[in-house]
Amino acid sequence: MSTTETDKGREQEELGAAGSRLSTAPQEEAVSLPGLGVIGWARWFWRQLTSMRVALLLLLLLSLGAIPGSLIPQTGADATKVDAFRAAHKTLAPVYDKLGLFHVYSSVWFSAIYILLFVSLIGCIVPRTWQFVGQLRGRPPGAPRRLDRLPAYTTWRTEADPEQVREAALALVRRRRFRAHVAGDAVAAEKGYVRELGNLVFHIALIVLLVAFASGQMYKSDGTKLMVEGDGFSNALPMYDDFKSGSLFTTDDLSPFSFSLKDFKGTYELTGPNRGTPRTFQAKVAYSEGADGKERSTTVKVNEPLKIGEAKVYLVSHGYAPVITVRDGKGEVVYQDAVPLLPLDGNVTSQGVIKVMDGYRDAQGKKDQLGVRAFFLPTYGGGASVLSQFPALLNPVLNLEPYHGDLGVNSGIPQSVYQLDKTHMKGFKDAQGRQLRGNLKPGQTLKLPDGAGSITLEKDVKEWAGFEIVQEPGGGWALVGALGAIFGLAASLFIQRRRVWVRAVRGADGVTVVEMAGLGRSESAKLPEELGDLAANLYDRAPGAPDPDDSTPSPAGPAEGAEK
Amino acid sequence: MNLAAATNEHLASISNTLIYSSMAVYTLAFFAYIAEWLFGSRSKVGRTAAALTATAAGGGERRAGAPAVTVKSAGGTAVLERPKVVVRSASGARDVPDGPGAHGGDEQGDLYGRIAISLTVLAFLVELSGVVARAASVERAPWGNMYEFNITFSTVAVGVYLTLLALRKNVRWLGLFLITTVLLDLGLAVTVLYTASDQLVPALHSYWLYIHVSTAIFCGAVFYVGAVATILYLFKDSYENKLESGGTPGRFARSVLERLPASASLDKFAYRVNAAVFPLWTFTIIAGAIWAGDAWGRYWNWDPKETWSFITWIAYACYLHARATAGWKGRKAAYLALIAFGCWLFNYYGVNIFVTGKHSYAGV
Ligand code: HEM
Repeated sequence: MSTTETDKGREQEELGAAGSRLSTAPQEEAVSLPGLGVIGWARWFWRQLTSMRVALLLLLLLSLGAIPGSLIPQTGADATKVDAFRAAHKTLAPVYDKLGLFHVYSSVWFSAIYILLFVSLIGCIVPRTWQFVGQLRGRPPGAPRRLDRLPAYTTWRTEADPEQVREAALALVRRRRFRAHVAGDAVAAEKGYVRELGNLVFHIALIVLLVAFASGQMYKSDGTKLMVEGDGFSNALPMYDDFKSGSLFTTDDLSPFSFSLKDFKGTYELTGPNRGTPRTFQAKVAYSEGADGKERSTTVKVNEPLKIGEAKVYLVSHGYAPVITVRDGKGEVVYQDAVPLLPLDGNVTSQGVIKVMDGYRDAQGKKDQLGVRAFFLPTYGGGASVLSQFPALLNPVLNLEPYHGDLGVNSGIPQSVYQLDKTHMKGFKDAQGRQLRGNLKPGQTLKLPDGAGSITLEKDVKEWAGFEIVQEPGGGWALVGALGAIFGLAASLFIQRRRVWVRAVRGADGVTVVEMAGLGRSESAKLPEELGDLAANLYDRAPGAPDPDDSTPSPAGPAEGAEK
Repeated sequence: MNLAAATNEHLASISNTLIYSSMAVYTLAFFAYIAEWLFGSRSKVGRTAAALTATAAGGGERRAGAPAVTVKSAGGTAVLERPKVVVRSASGARDVPDGPGAHGGDEQGDLYGRIAISLTVLAFLVELSGVVARAASVERAPWGNMYEFNITFSTVAVGVYLTLLALRKNVRWLGLFLITTVLLDLGLAVTVLYTASDQLVPALHSYWLYIHVSTAIFCGAVFYVGAVATILYLFKDSYENKLESGGTPGRFARSVLERLPASASLDKFAYRVNAAVFPLWTFTIIAGAIWAGDAWGRYWNWDPKETWSFITWIAYACYLHARATAGWKGRKAAYLALIAFGCWLFNYYGVNIFVTGKHSYAGV
């Protein structure tokens, strides 16, 4: 049900100034046509923008606008999914592209909504703050003419003097921490200003939150690094595998530090229906802060990043890096390294390529290049199974598929280290003339045909860990904003702002008539309770007098509202 | 299988038995609630229409039976009379008395209602032990997958209802509606969503799990109570509107709605419930962001779950704004509250089932 205009008008008339300024919420004004000229229009536009109605609409738009980003793949979250979507929806994708639906949260229209909302917010906060300061400096408004029209009301007759009653009432409400003063024949008191303060703090905190977030985005840096056990890293741009940064970031902003991966350990559920589910991932690292700080060691876990200076180092992925030794036709070691392989499934079936670019000579002593496709099963299930049965190293097997020829690494086209371009490569053949394949256990060697050399899987299978190194300033401010928002909200929603008036007037028969009334802005059952409590207290100081025999209403004010 | 694992399996099966038993007791409670409604319908209640015609006749501005003030006795002196507070509803609001509740003033109905509540308490205790046993079996908080979510969620929702009852709030009318959906929720849990007890993946190993997820479940349960009240408000409001404009509602509507609290009371109740839990929901999202900052390296990823939490938050903010904006009070605000709860539901079922994101739950 909505309050009709006439109701409002009547209420206004009855309460007068007493009901005003109980909040700093802007009045909804009737939509009047703007005055002439640019300034008139600008003022009209500004009024509209900062009205509660438009704030509400913008909020609704913001929530609607956030929906597509959760249903359509986003480049920021998963670029490969976006590519797949593009391939699958040939007609829809260009339309989505035009609308920015693959990056909703940085699209023009989404930005427009929240920028407008925040302009509206600032345009709302500033005048409300001034108004609030004004209310704090002023005094609670005097009692309305007819107290019995207020939401909570009580009255009684007493022998006490009106002045005494007013004094007692003033002392009483002041003790209850009302701001109060005597205005004419009544005490005016008000309490709960923290509600308004909380509301303003909440809305200001939203701005702090947004500014912190936006500046964080602009100054942030975010890169990844894959490290095999034993590898080291120092925080400089060339060391990263992959690096993104905000528009105002400069390389000088990178915190100086270095760390190395000593050991990675993953544990998994060994039995039960969830056999193989990861339990813990831990990376032991040694790190030092600054150019030549003292080395310290620590453990990085999934939920426990390493914090160094401005940066945080997160453990984000892991896998195996078998150590491979390649000998050439003359039996010389031409390659020995741990080769990180990419996991394909939950049981860490992994895939990768061993590339031997120079130094290798075939049986005839001719220069050649080797490319070996590698599949690794940390737990080989036996038989023809090509998938690992468990993520830990229970029965590791490396499957190799060697090729030789031109790897194409010098062709200028960037190449993934995990993929083999076979266009200029020839496979080694086994005795039957088929592609040579070999399954190696740790310590075993695959001989290449015709004395072309050998590939050995060393006993020690290393693990690698992927780290993400993030620097995002402004986190502290964001937290301040968030806490401010919560406390502001709590104050704004739990505290009632209310006014109480106590009027004491001598009636025609010489007996004092006390009237008390309360007015709150929000819907609460507490208001009558509080008023009753105050009344009971005051009643003790100004006890009731017997009713006059004739029940003519006293001229001071209609006591008709009192229940006998 | 080692000994510890065996005890855990044993506890898990105890938990399952308890959950099934609680469903059985909830079903009994459900029938008792039905009986309360059926017997209650015998007594003829027509207060709403009476109150509305009285208002129309004029003069009925003051609510009858305004709360009397309880006053401390003043030092043993004979007390003449104490001031009583007269309450007057805001202008423009209808003065309609609250309905008597499902039992409709009928004694036998009331008895069935009391039985229903006792059964609800029993079922709640059984379900609670089921949840605790589940937690013990997995040696962690019982909210690692949707099955555990559902059982915890309904336990908390019933807990909220019983707490409000214990605080002597006027919420008995919620019973039937709440227990119906609790049964649905549990039914879904034990059939579609069932997951054998299981440890957590490393990303869920964090004390933020306790903070973030427990508040999320609690907020959901309270929002749910708010949503039920909002729906009933909408029905009762149109019922009152119809009466006010001289229409005659159907017999079923009359019988059911007459017994609910006045639309203004329902509206107020829904508002208070939603407003009270909104700061906690804000906290839940912030706690989630802090956790995400530790687990994924970024506070805010626009992951679908985060996005829908944000949408839900904005929707509730809309609702609260609407309540403060003239012209949006009442029904319009109520629709916003329902949309907001719809967002919450979608965030739970829709996002978990249809959308893949970083929030992963084993078994779904
Ligand atoms: C950024 C988006 C905003 C959000 C999330 C938001 C949220 C909220 C919430 C949750 C409340 C409820 C607290 C209460 O009832 O005391 C509230 C109240 C309020 N908001 Fe906003 N708000 C936003 C923007 C704005 C804007 C742009 C304006 C100015 C037009 C505004 C003006 C108000 C006012 C005046 C109140 C207090 C109403 C009252 O006194 O009951 N808000 N806001």
